[in-house]
Amino acid sequence: MLKSTVDRVAEATPHVIARRMHGLSDRALAWLFVAPSIVLLLAVNIFPLIWTIRLSFTNFRVNRPNAEVDFVGLRNYASILSDRDIWLTMQATAHFLIWTIVLQVLIGFSLAYLINKKFRGNDLWTTIIVLPMMLSPAVVGNFWTFLYQPQIGLFNYAVGFLTGADPSSFSMIGDVKLAPWAIIIVDTWMWTPFVMLICLAGLRSIPPSIYEAAECDRASKWRQFWTITIPLVLPFLMLAVLFRGIENFKMFDLVVQLTGGGPGSITELTSINLKREAFEKWRTGYASAYAVILFVTVFGLASIYVKALNKVKQR
Amino acid sequence: MSYSVTEPSRRQKWVAGILVIGYALITILPLVWIIATSFKSPSDAIAYPPKTFFTPTVEGYVNVFTTRTRLSPDQLQAVGEPTTWYDKLVRKDGLVISGPSRFAERFTNSVIIGFGSTVLCIVLGTVAAYAFSRFKVPLKDDLLFFILSTRMMPPIAVAIPIFLMFRSLGLSDTHAGMILLYTAVNLSLSVWLLKGFIDEIPVEYEEAALIDGYTRFQAFYKVVLPQAATGIASTAIFCLIFAWNEYAFAVLLTSGNAQTAPPFIPTIIGVSGQDWPAVAAGATLFLVPVMVFTILLRKHLLRGITFGAVRK
Repeated sequence: MLKSTVDRVAEATPHVIARRMHGLSDRALAWLFVAPSIVLLLAVNIFPLIWTIRLSFTNFRVNRPNAEVDFVGLRNYASILSDRDIWLTMQATAHFLIWTIVLQVLIGFSLAYLINKKFRGNDLWTTIIVLPMMLSPAVVGNFWTFLYQPQIGLFNYAVGFLTGADPSSFSMIGDVKLAPWAIIIVDTWMWTPFVMLICLAGLRSIPPSIYEAAECDRASKWRQFWTITIPLVLPFLMLAVLFRGIENFKMFDLVVQLTGGGPGSITELTSINLKREAFEKWRTGYASAYAVILFVTVFGLASIYVKALNKVKQR
Repeated sequence: MSYSVTEPSRRQKWVAGILVIGYALITILPLVWIIATSFKSPSDAIAYPPKTFFTPTVEGYVNVFTTRTRLSPDQLQAVGEPTTWYDKLVRKDGLVISGPSRFAERFTNSVIIGFGSTVLCIVLGTVAAYAFSRFKVPLKDDLLFFILSTRMMPPIAVAIPIFLMFRSLGLSDTHAGMILLYTAVNLSLSVWLLKGFIDEIPVEYEEAALIDGYTRFQAFYKVVLPQAATGIASTAIFCLIFAWNEYAFAVLLTSGNAQTAPPFIPTIIGVSGQDWPAVAAGATLFLVPVMVFTILLRKHLLRGITFGAVRK
């Protein structure tokens, strides 16, 4: 078989010279390029994670560095799982998670559906709707406490104006019944645009020819909606729910600034509760076990969900 | 215009337009209110019913940058006439400016840490993304998933050992420590987004460059980087915004020296109780740059917030 000149030259060139000619080999370059990122993530994420797991089996306390550290086995885990207060924070988290997702999916999808009607200027209004999403949750959450002030707050004034109630008769963040809704309202205000954008991408990905075919078959608009629009947007919607679910499971900054977990501990979500255990009560070992339980929960739920998502995509 | 069965009717468009615009106006109201409050006087800010029309003043902005003390009339006389416009402004309320507040310092910290971590994140992210996109990296999918999974961890959960680690390395409450931490937090985003952008650049360009005698590194540097410029720029803005907004690590790991603006703004208080115009002024200065970037980024927004999972 005839070899090209290039191949013959390449074969004749000693290995070292070849490498110098072509710079680093692809393999070496690949490692050189990937290694720094992996090393940084190992140092700042995986190493702390392993440390957390190790601490979770001890009674170590950061504020007592000289005290003797004992290995306590699974005692931390046992006492967390049997603690009634922790189950209450889990319930508060679940309440927050479920309602924010339901509201954001309903409002977000409806908005996307309406924007997809392509009225004039829809780009401009979409951009305006998206604005709250990118802002600092802590700073915005802090300002919402002002909007929620019983008499002078804009929110209370608006509710009073619309329903005729006295704006100073209720306090969104001071009332045990209302506070869980106060955080749901602000989170929904901030993150509905996220679900909306993803749904919009889903709606725009549906080729018009499918609707044209359905129209030829005389399918009603209602039927088209349930048999074309919904199934084709579903993978997108599920992706949005996955992102919102993970983010809101970790929720900290917005709620800390809004209610600080109060009144009492009615809005104390798991992250806030964990922060209290770790950085106010300084029960480091106990808090580490708590952190491990949260990891396992979020990874477990997320991977089950991703499996479901892949099934929907394959269909 | 040709008739199409899928084109919404005029009436549908009108109804959709009115509903969406109605929602947009309601949703933008809290942001408008922050900016409006920043130009109110403290008494206008807490007026009932809430004031829509008011005489604008920059008192909030003066207050956010300064600390003030209340003096008795005798003492005020002793201090003498106010000399600058901002002195005059606070003198109306019987106050004198006693010094600068820490706001400017906190804001500068946010800028240093935000830009520092963004630069680092983009450098590490671009090279890693290039390698993942073009080379056969062993365990590629596992490594990519590992990088993504670091984003799922609740910050508070890793904060305990990071707190201990930083303390023993002398990194707690330093700019370097926070830059390193925010780089690690945003690296998953940077690698995933940039890999998507680099995947879209045809390999043929580099192959042509390699045949022309470029080394692999030169091909990367001179051919791929310029092609990926838009992608790199939008990724950088995302990293910057996320570092800018971060609160959990900042509040736990910084206090005096390297504290950023998000933990600081809620602690702004006036001479008598919470000074809402000053808080609003601080928030406005902090939020408006992000709003501008969001508008600039709108075409890439979806891609950024879904880690490249959804591309329009």
